Amino acid sequence: MTKKQNSLTSNLYIFIVMAFMYLPILVMIAYSFNNSKSRGAWSGFTTKWYADLIQNESILSALLNTLIVAVISSVIATLLGTAAAVGIQAMKKRSRDLIMNFTYLPVMSPEIVMGVSLMLLFVMFKVDFSLFTVIVAHITFNVPYVILSVLPKLRQMDKYLFEAALDLGCTPLQAFTKVMLPEIMPGIITGFLIAFTFSLDDFNISYFVSGERAQTLPVLIYSMTRKRVSPEINALSAIIFVVVLAVLILTNLNDIRRENQLQKGGRRG
Amino acid sequence: MDRTILRRMAAFLCLAALLAANGFACFAGDSFDLDRDNLPYTGDWDAYTYDEEYYGQLRGQGASINFYNWGEYISDGSDDLIDVISEFEDLTDIKVYYTNFATNEELYAKLKSGAASYDVIIPSDYMIARMIKEDMLLPLDYDNIPNAKYMNEGFMDPNYDPGSVYSLPYAWNTVAIIYNTSMVEEEPDSWGILWDETYAGQILMFNNSRDAFGVALKYLGYSLNTEDPDQLREAAELLKEQKPLVQAYVMDQMFDKMENNEAAIATYYAGDALLIDNDDIDIVIPKEGTNKFVDAICIPASAKNKLGAEMFINFLNEPVVNAQNIEYIGYGTANLAAYCLLDEELRDDPVLYPSQEILDNSEMFVNLSDEANLLLDQLWTEVKASNKNVMIWGILPCATIAAIVIGKTWYRRRTAKRHRYMMED
Repeated sequence: MTKKQNSLTSNLYIFIVMAFMYLPILVMIAYSFNNSKSRGAWSGFTTKWYADLIQNESILSALLNTLIVAVISSVIATLLGTAAAVGIQAMKKRSRDLIMNFTYLPVMSPEIVMGVSLMLLFVMFKVDFSLFTVIVAHITFNVPYVILSVLPKLRQMDKYLFEAALDLGCTPLQAFTKVMLPEIMPGIITGFLIAFTFSLDDFNISYFVSGERAQTLPVLIYSMTRKRVSPEINALSAIIFVVVLAVLILTNLNDIRRENQLQKGGRRG
Repeated sequence: MDRTILRRMAAFLCLAALLAANGFACFAGDSFDLDRDNLPYTGDWDAYTYDEEYYGQLRGQGASINFYNWGEYISDGSDDLIDVISEFEDLTDIKVYYTNFATNEELYAKLKSGAASYDVIIPSDYMIARMIKEDMLLPLDYDNIPNAKYMNEGFMDPNYDPGSVYSLPYAWNTVAIIYNTSMVEEEPDSWGILWDETYAGQILMFNNSRDAFGVALKYLGYSLNTEDPDQLREAAELLKEQKPLVQAYVMDQMFDKMENNEAAIATYYAGDALLIDNDDIDIVIPKEGTNKFVDAICIPASAKNKLGAEMFINFLNEPVVNAQNIEYIGYGTANLAAYCLLDEELRDDPVLYPSQEILDNSEMFVNLSDEANLLLDQLWTEVKASNKNVMIWGILPCATIAAIVIGKTWYRRRTAKRHRYMMED
């Protein structure tokens, strides 16, 4: 096979993979402009679903709840998870292995098991379901993901850096914030993003622990399946997709700009 | 002169007798009879106003109610129809916290957990019977629900809630056959079409046990609510027989498949089927009879604001509110005054408001005994698991385990070999 053919097949392969990932989203965006409720037959262009969406209080409040839960739970899970990772790293091998097995357990077990057991736990301790229980549940399942993404960074870090900082007169807290934290920051950010996304689209666990006053978006969408999922959801998903896309593009552009600056600065130096 | 009075009296007596007979029929079963030519409510509904004094009772107290309902099951202000919840909030100053569920069982589980308290819920008939049995509902105080007077007598005193003590109907509907006239030549009138080999691979069937067995039992001429193990087994056999013909077991995916002409025949709730966006679709209620179901409003035992809940129930039965709400939902209403307000087209729709003959043939679900429920679940699993699924479920785990074992041995052997080379070096 020549090189040209090779690049042709690899391009084709990339195209197919991209089509698999993005075609459903593109179709959904297209149908958010469909005149009828149908997800199959096209019957004219309209923006009425977007107009309806802005006025649909139950969808908007579910969206707000989802965002509140995702932000609070992922921030707290990141704090807890980072602290836990630092602690685990400092442990002796045997207790570290033991703790790590406990960390893997919720990640490996089906979400529905987590959901049911958390529900039973809340019921046992007579905690009424509310947004609070949803947030607690989300923190619970998010912490392991943060630990698992911070630990490798800690392992990569030269363990003498921290000691060196102490030798050079840092307090332990200063050594942590000035030396360790910047080193493991990429891991923390990854962990936070993973936690945030998992929290955003979690259905199973929220389904079991959400209360009488607040529900999250996935629970609302699931409840629509007896009648019919409203096209307003297509519109909402389209907006979310475009927003996420915009944020990604902006951060990437920013990265490129910064990298260019660094390179220039490097050359000058 | 005397004669006319006499005639009038005779007519009146006849009417009274008819009404009594009608009332009696409801006690005997569930008659949804409607005399379409003599609608009892007419008048200028445009000038209709709410009873401000009644609805103002909880004003300024920061009152709230928690309302748990099916998704997409209340008019939310789209299509120029009423936004029921915000209209109620404006009228009464009661904040409504609105959340949704997807199945009766989900509702039951949330209530049973005891960690969530609702003031208004809308379960279906058989679930209401179960909740009454388990003391999960509060009796309604009809003094607080004056609009109950608009109810069609045929819906009061149903067998799932004798005396209508705990529930007031919200919406009702039937299960029907939906078919695509461009793909089905004949005009089906029996559940039998779902077993017709001509349409192999083009049939969509319910993906829940109770509805699927309901279809099979009705086709066999048995009751939907039979607890006879032999009859249930017979229905299961029939469903297994049907399985090779079934394209898919679906719920709301039915809409897309029928809209895109991907399937010829389906079963679903009649009112929802009317919303299918395809001109070739026809809907028929089979001659063997069908399942009619009622979703009714109840107040759970854990309710914290019963008066607010009753005001909400009353508001849902304001004729103008009920009529618009039912138009949004697409099912039938049990509120006679609201029925009179509907467009004639909707009122005379044979699918939404079928003839008495069809309804007499139909049954409502009742709550089955635990043993019958268990058997039904087992049989349904058997139906779903029959044929190739057994192969898949047998082979898949074995193959996975085998792959892991082989992979691990290979890896171990490779590392061992490498180790040996290194030693030799």
